[in-house]
Amino acid sequence: MRAIITVTGKDAVGIIAQVSASCTEANANIEDITQKVFDDLFVMVMLVSIDGLSMKFTEFVDRMTELGKINGLAIHTVHEEIFNAMHRI
Amino acid sequence: MITSSEILETLHMIENEHLDVRTVTMGISLFDCCDPDPKVACRKIVDKICSKAEHLVSTGEQIEKEFGIPIINKRISVTPMAMIAAASKTEDYTCFAKAMQEAADRCGVNFIGGFSALVHKGFTDSDRKLIRSLPQALTETQNVCSSINVASTKAGINMDAVGMMGHTIKDLAYLTRDQGSIGCAKLVVFANVPEDNPFMAGAFHGVGEGECVINVGVSGPGVVKTALEKCDGDLSDVAETIKKTAFKITRMGQLVASEASRRLNVPFGIVDLSLAPTPAIGDSVAHILEEMGLEQCGAHGTTAALALLNDAVKKGGVMASSHVGGLSGAFIPVSEDAGMIRAAENGVLTLDKLEAMTAVCSVGLDMIAVPGDTSADILSAIIADEISIGVVNTKTTAVRIIPAYGKSVGDHVEFGGLLGTAPVMPVRNVSPAAFIARGGRIPAPMQSLKN
Repeated sequence: MRAIITVTGKDAVGIIAQVSASCTEANANIEDITQKVFDDLFVMVMLVSIDGLSMKFTEFVDRMTELGKINGLAIHTVHEEIFNAMHRI
Repeated sequence: MITSSEILETLHMIENEHLDVRTVTMGISLFDCCDPDPKVACRKIVDKICSKAEHLVSTGEQIEKEFGIPIINKRISVTPMAMIAAASKTEDYTCFAKAMQEAADRCGVNFIGGFSALVHKGFTDSDRKLIRSLPQALTETQNVCSSINVASTKAGINMDAVGMMGHTIKDLAYLTRDQGSIGCAKLVVFANVPEDNPFMAGAFHGVGEGECVINVGVSGPGVVKTALEKCDGDLSDVAETIKKTAFKITRMGQLVASEASRRLNVPFGIVDLSLAPTPAIGDSVAHILEEMGLEQCGAHGTTAALALLNDAVKKGGVMASSHVGGLSGAFIPVSEDAGMIRAAENGVLTLDKLEAMTAVCSVGLDMIAVPGDTSADILSAIIADEISIGVVNTKTTAVRIIPAYGKSVGDHVEFGGLLGTAPVMPVRNVSPAAFIARGGRIPAPMQSLKN
């Protein structure tokens, strides 16, 4: 199973490093990253494998949300299926 | 691979356009809870509901978190209580409503539906007892909802039941007068009631349903309105845009329904394709109609716009779900829709226009406050008019009307939460009393003879 992590907020040094470190901590394997900076707005979409997650998925969601709050970023972590359901037949 | 723009579109719908799953409703059969002793029956009812729905709320919350989609309500519907209570030796059915309330409290759901009776062709003794107990039962409980089916295309209209309901609604308004007659917001009078509707106040677990089932109601007026903001084509383009949006919304509902069904180990029933507004800004069906080009909801043209919307929602949604049911269509509850509240306050949206609108959309005269001194006969006549539209057009219609005690035209009734604020709307005070007093049955229309 895979999850999508989206990160948006004011650009700063080390955002990718911090998000990646949290993924490593939870044993979530990063499969793909799309990232851009529009003016000063940082936008990143990350695809991670959650099969080997070292904690419950809901706990991982909370940790990522918390990481966002601490750094003034909006971080959403959700199952990939919701996007497949909505955008693919 | 899903593209970044698709991902961001979905998140934007959830974050900014109120996309949500409005309700996950567990239907539970109570047929095995009948008992001659009402106390024993009530205990069985509480035990059965609690054993089936024990994990409903926690599972819903888990799905919300994992999929990032809000599930606003987790609810329960049960077999029409008039059928279950029929075996018990008691005249007052309030105890059964209290048992439903106790079960709702223990399971943590915010509404439980099914304090209901199906009387479209006639009353059983139990049906009469339930209707007589209704005012007290809904006054002494907070989260119990009731529905009475008084007509069907096959059976015609039970006008004795219509007459009774006028008085029942008046009594309920009086008993709950200290809370804006809120009891009436928990009671719906139906024609052609669906047996798998997940939405309150009309949800119950139909007699043809299985032991336990998960039904899901989707929503998303805000998403449709936003999509239309970007559509400057003709009405064919408008219909196409609504269809595509409804498809996306319904796919979410289908996903949540499948997940809930799998995790709770309960069969999936249906997805109800409905646009259910809330009083929140940006979550209004009226604003969709205005986005199509009407100055305000209620203007001439409103019925046509609503017909287009309702049809496109169904066409878009039906392919997105394996089983569609319930009410499926746009809801127009006045007090729960910011755009409708404003239109009613301005006098643009009237009771007559709403009645016409119900001919082309799901449900009917919904969450409408009328003056507290409106007579029971007039309430019954309003019900009879609305119910006839359903019977003749082979569709569901319903009335949820609040004769707000002590209030008159121009006043407002505050219900709070999802039930919103209702401006008191005028009714015609010319008497239909003699018509209602005739009673009897209005015969089933020719449309019923399809065999």
